[in-house]
Amino acid sequence: MRKELCEIVSNACIADSIYELTLSGSIVNEMHGPGQFVHVKVTGGLDPMLRRPISIAEINKAAGTFTIIYRKQGRGTSLLAEKKRGELVDILGPLGNGFPVEAAVNGEKAILVGGGIGVPPLYELAKQLVSKGVKVISILGFQNENAVFYERQFAELGETYIATVDGSYGTKGFVTDVISERNLRGDILYTCGPTPMLKAIEAGGYAPEVYLSLEERMGCGIGACFACVCHLKGDPDGHSYKKVCSDGPVFRAGEVAI
Amino acid sequence: MRSSLSVNLPGLSLKNPVMPASGCFGFGKEYSQFFDLNVLGSIMVKATTPEPRFGNPTPRVAETPGGMLNAIGLQNPGLEKVVSEELPWLERFDVPIIANVAGSTEEDYVRVAERISKAPNVHALELNISCPNVKTGGIAFGTDPEMAKELTKKVKAVSEVPVYVKLSPNVTDITRIAKAVEAGGADGLTMINTLVGMRIDLHSATPILSNKTGGLSGAAVKPVALRMIYEVSQQVDLPIIGMGGIQNAEDVIEFFYAGASAVAVGTQNFVDPFVCPTIIEELPALLEQLGYNHISECTGRSWKKHEQLAYHRA
Repeated sequence: MRKELCEIVSNACIADSIYELTLSGSIVNEMHGPGQFVHVKVTGGLDPMLRRPISIAEINKAAGTFTIIYRKQGRGTSLLAEKKRGELVDILGPLGNGFPVEAAVNGEKAILVGGGIGVPPLYELAKQLVSKGVKVISILGFQNENAVFYERQFAELGETYIATVDGSYGTKGFVTDVISERNLRGDILYTCGPTPMLKAIEAGGYAPEVYLSLEERMGCGIGACFACVCHLKGDPDGHSYKKVCSDGPVFRAGEVAI
Repeated sequence: MRSSLSVNLPGLSLKNPVMPASGCFGFGKEYSQFFDLNVLGSIMVKATTPEPRFGNPTPRVAETPGGMLNAIGLQNPGLEKVVSEELPWLERFDVPIIANVAGSTEEDYVRVAERISKAPNVHALELNISCPNVKTGGIAFGTDPEMAKELTKKVKAVSEVPVYVKLSPNVTDITRIAKAVEAGGADGLTMINTLVGMRIDLHSATPILSNKTGGLSGAAVKPVALRMIYEVSQQVDLPIIGMGGIQNAEDVIEFFYAGASAVAVGTQNFVDPFVCPTIIEELPALLEQLGYNHISECTGRSWKKHEQLAYHRA
C-alpha cells in the first residue's frame, strides 16, 4: 500500500463514456489479487477534493503497468478523461481485499457475472483463473450496444455472453436472463455490478460458492472514516459491520447485507 | 536545542502541535500502515460512546467543492472495547492520546469520561458537544450555553485528565458557548467541528446523504474556523486546538495567528494519508523563513502583538 505519482501510458475511450487508463509505476509490484482497487486523486486542486475508488482491471507486472476502467460521469472522472499520455496521476493503493482466486481449483468451472462498470475487475480475475486451469464462463451486462466493452478480451479467455437492457446487442434483458436461458451453473461464481444485480445473483443459487464485489461511496478508502460500512446479513439492525473499503470490497455471498 | 515545535498545553506535553482530528483517523491502526505514528504530536481518537454504535445508514458522505459532507453518526465500538483494545494498542507509540467523549445524555458523557480518562495513554479528553449527525446529545449540548456549562462541570468532576471542549460552529455567537464552558471549568477548547450542510441529487431530487444533512469539513470551512478562533481566543483565557480545513504547514501558521496553540488535521488525511508527517516535517523551515524561533510565537499574532499567553510561558 503506497501513494505514488503514476505515469499515464494511455487513456482511451473504449465505449460510450467508458475509459481505459493504463498507468505505470512501482505500485504494480504490490498488486496481487484481482478485485482490489486504487484510490485516485484526479486533480491537485480542491474540486473534487476526495479520491475516486476505481477497481483494477489488469495487472501487467512484466511491463510495470496496470489498467483501470472508469465511466466518465461526474466532475472527477471528467477531469480524469482529459488526461494525456505522459501526465502523472496520484494513486493510493492497492486497497481492499479482492476476489479469492484460490477458492477455485484446476478443472473447476467459474462463472463471472459483471454489470456495466462492474465488469473491469473481472478481467484480471478471469486471466488469473484461466492461468491456473479454471474454466471461465463470463456473462456481461450493459445498457446498450454502445456501452459494451471488453467482449473480445473476455472471449479470448472463455465462453462469453453479453446482455443489453434494450436488446441492441446480445441477449435482451439482464445477466440473469442469460444464466436462466442457458441454464448456466458453476462450481463457483464471482460477480461485480449494480446492487440489484448482486441481489439477483445472490438469490439465484447459480453456484455453491459465490463472491460479490460491492460498491459504496468512500472517504478514506483504508478503513478509517467509516463512510462505507455495511451490516452483516445475520445482524441487519445490530452493531456488527464490515467496511466495504478495507474488509471488502469482495465478500462471500451471505456475509453482508446488500 | 529545544525544538521549535514542542508545545505544552494542559495535560499535554507535545513534541509538536500537529495531530489528526477525531473521526478522521479511527484509532490509528489504518494510518500506522503508512507512517510511524510516533511522529505525531498527539492523536484525537474516534468519538467513544458508552455502548457500541452502528451510526447512520449509507450514503454517509457527499462531496462539495473544496469539502465533504459526512453523516457517519458516531459509529464506534463502544467504551468497553475502546478501553480494552483500541487504547492499549496505541500504547506502543510514544504519543499522548486525546479521547473524544460522546453520548446522548449527560450520564453517557460522564460514564465515558470517568472510565476513559483512567487509560494510561489518555492525557486529555475532548468533550464532543458538537456532533451534528446524531438525533440526541451531540450538538444539542453545544448550542445551548447553559447545557454546555453544566455538562463541562459534570465531566470535569469525574475526569482524571484535563478536559477540552469541542465547539460547534453552528451557533449565532460562538464566544457565548466558549465563555460558558470556560465558566464550567474547561481546560481548553478544540474548534471547530463541522458545519451543517446538504447536497441534493439532481436525478432523484432527494438529499444525497441518508441522514439528509451532514457536517461540512475540508478547505471550504477554513475561513469560518479562522474567524471563530480569532473571536474566541480574544475572549477566553483557554488554549485552543484549532481545526477546520488544514491542508499544509502554511494553514497551520494561519491557525496559530488566529489564536490556536495547536492544530488538528481532519479531512485532508483522507486525501493524503501522509499529510500530518508532511506538515510536521515542513513546519520548522517555514517558521525559520517567517522569522520565528518557536511556533508558540505565532499564537494570536493576528490580534496581539508581543505578549505571551500565560500557558506558553514556563
